[in-house]
Amino acid sequence: MSLLEVNNITIKFGGLTAVSDFNLKLEKKEIVGLIGPNGAGKTTAFNAITGIYKPNSGTVVFDGIDITGILPDKITKLGIGRTFQNIRLFQNLSVLQNVMVGHHLRIKSSFISATLRMPGYVKEEKAMEEETRELLKRVGLIGLAYEKAGSLPYGQQRRLEIARALATHPKVLLLDEPAAGMNPQEANELMNFIQQIRDTFDLTILMIEHHMAVVMGICERILVLDHGITIAEGNPEQIRGNQRVVEAYLGVEEDA
Amino acid sequence: MELHNKKKTLLTIGSIVLLFIVLTWMQRNFDGYKIRIVNLCAINIILALSLNLTNGFTGLFSLGTAGFMAIGAYTSAILTMSREVKEMNFFMTPMSPALLNINTSFFVALLLAGLFAGVAGYLIGSPVLKLRGDYLAIATLGFGEIISVIFTNLQTITNGALGLKGLPEYTNIYWSWAIAVLVILGFSNLMNSSYGSALKSIREDETAAQAMGINLYSHKILAFTISAFLAGIGGALLANLLSTIDPTMFRFFYTYQVLLIVVLGGMGSITGSVVSGCIMAVLMEALRSVESTLDLGFMILPGIPGMRMVIFSIILVSVVLFLPNGIMGEKELSLMNILSKRRSGANESTRG
Repeated sequence: MSLLEVNNITIKFGGLTAVSDFNLKLEKKEIVGLIGPNGAGKTTAFNAITGIYKPNSGTVVFDGIDITGILPDKITKLGIGRTFQNIRLFQNLSVLQNVMVGHHLRIKSSFISATLRMPGYVKEEKAMEEETRELLKRVGLIGLAYEKAGSLPYGQQRRLEIARALATHPKVLLLDEPAAGMNPQEANELMNFIQQIRDTFDLTILMIEHHMAVVMGICERILVLDHGITIAEGNPEQIRGNQRVVEAYLGVEEDA
Repeated sequence: MELHNKKKTLLTIGSIVLLFIVLTWMQRNFDGYKIRIVNLCAINIILALSLNLTNGFTGLFSLGTAGFMAIGAYTSAILTMSREVKEMNFFMTPMSPALLNINTSFFVALLLAGLFAGVAGYLIGSPVLKLRGDYLAIATLGFGEIISVIFTNLQTITNGALGLKGLPEYTNIYWSWAIAVLVILGFSNLMNSSYGSALKSIREDETAAQAMGINLYSHKILAFTISAFLAGIGGALLANLLSTIDPTMFRFFYTYQVLLIVVLGGMGSITGSVVSGCIMAVLMEALRSVESTLDLGFMILPGIPGMRMVIFSIILVSVVLFLPNGIMGEKELSLMNILSKRRSGANESTRG
């Protein structure tokens, strides 16, 4: 059975069908790309998987559990982490705090024990902080632990957002345009980084990306959306040669 | 790290001891009027932290403080007044007999005042916290007014519009400051814990906080309930300080005053609330002089009642214009930081 199964989901906003009959199966440790022109419904599909939108029809099954329409925080708890297209860090919190927030969902001590700093809570906090530092070391942000997240350069903000998502211990990680605005060298680093975290954290990754070098470089499988409809699916080679994909991106040649 | 914590604990204990030495000195040397101002400082701190928790730290614009204060004040009043005083107060309609004989210690009264306000906060919070921004502000504001109207009409419990007089004046500077210190310590512990980070993350970006697995509803209601609990205790301390309460005391005006303290001090700063809570208590009294007749030498200005509030409004407008984040912004000041900064400064100067 697949780790994540999206079965025939359709999402409508009023009269507009943003995503229609979308299907997806993610196997363990796969890196899958979701591409398509602007407005194709990629982020909408993401939002339906992570619970921000409730699909009008269809189901999302994760690890054998039907998660269609349940709240985003519950879905994160089950093991789906995500980043956002327009970076959504907690700007005024430090890098360390940003990642600590990702650990908060597993806290066992009550707020009372946190207020009184009881031994149980202090111990838990220590473990949290250690794990956070370990994670920051791995993603190369440990030197900036006490900087405000909002003051970080763009590339590092992207990295921090991924680290924060990793802190929730996801099994599946959804990345929404992680390479947006990056130069070729940064994009290259990002590719290595994504492959590296996939291996160290045993992740399954689904990513939306416009940066073709990144998509073709690391995705084992690619889905192409256009106007909410899945127009192609296959490995990078097949996608590159697919006539409909080329048309969706470049337009159809019409005879005069 | 261990050493750091030990030093911190020592510093905290040291400053608390120092504070209480100063308070004892004040108790011996100040007249009743000044002692009342010192008490008001502590009460302002508690109320400001209560409102800062929702508005500054969690980003929920709530305006229900006065309502929760009223619940706390009346709870404490009914619990601490003796049977004789109650009978004297309820000369229009007699008090419901179940409440007539209740009489508890001040400590129990304060605790129950907080708990009742907290429960009210929880009950109000459940439906209201689904709203955001302005809508939440309007709904909580409405709640405050509703409490005031209910208390005016619950003749047999609250004595209605006549109010309650002759409350025992239990609140002294030890009670009020001991509670203020406890609240400050607990509050900063909570805010520095991962619960605090979670609340702040909701303020920063709700969608992202939820995507990090934070249950928005349970954290918002937690902040709202603690805030109501603190407002209830503040209201109880105030009631037993003034010894007279009536429902009109706890109208929107009081919430506005607390909001002013929070905005002046800085939304999201504990230090800011403490500092501006004290400043407000002192200024409120110091500015009374502008309401009395002023002799400028060449002309005599007649006293205008209400001038204080004009000056306060001017202060508020200037703060919003020139210091939009308040005195402290979101920053905190602690002895630990000051000391370590001094040291690093000294090191630099020796190096240079």
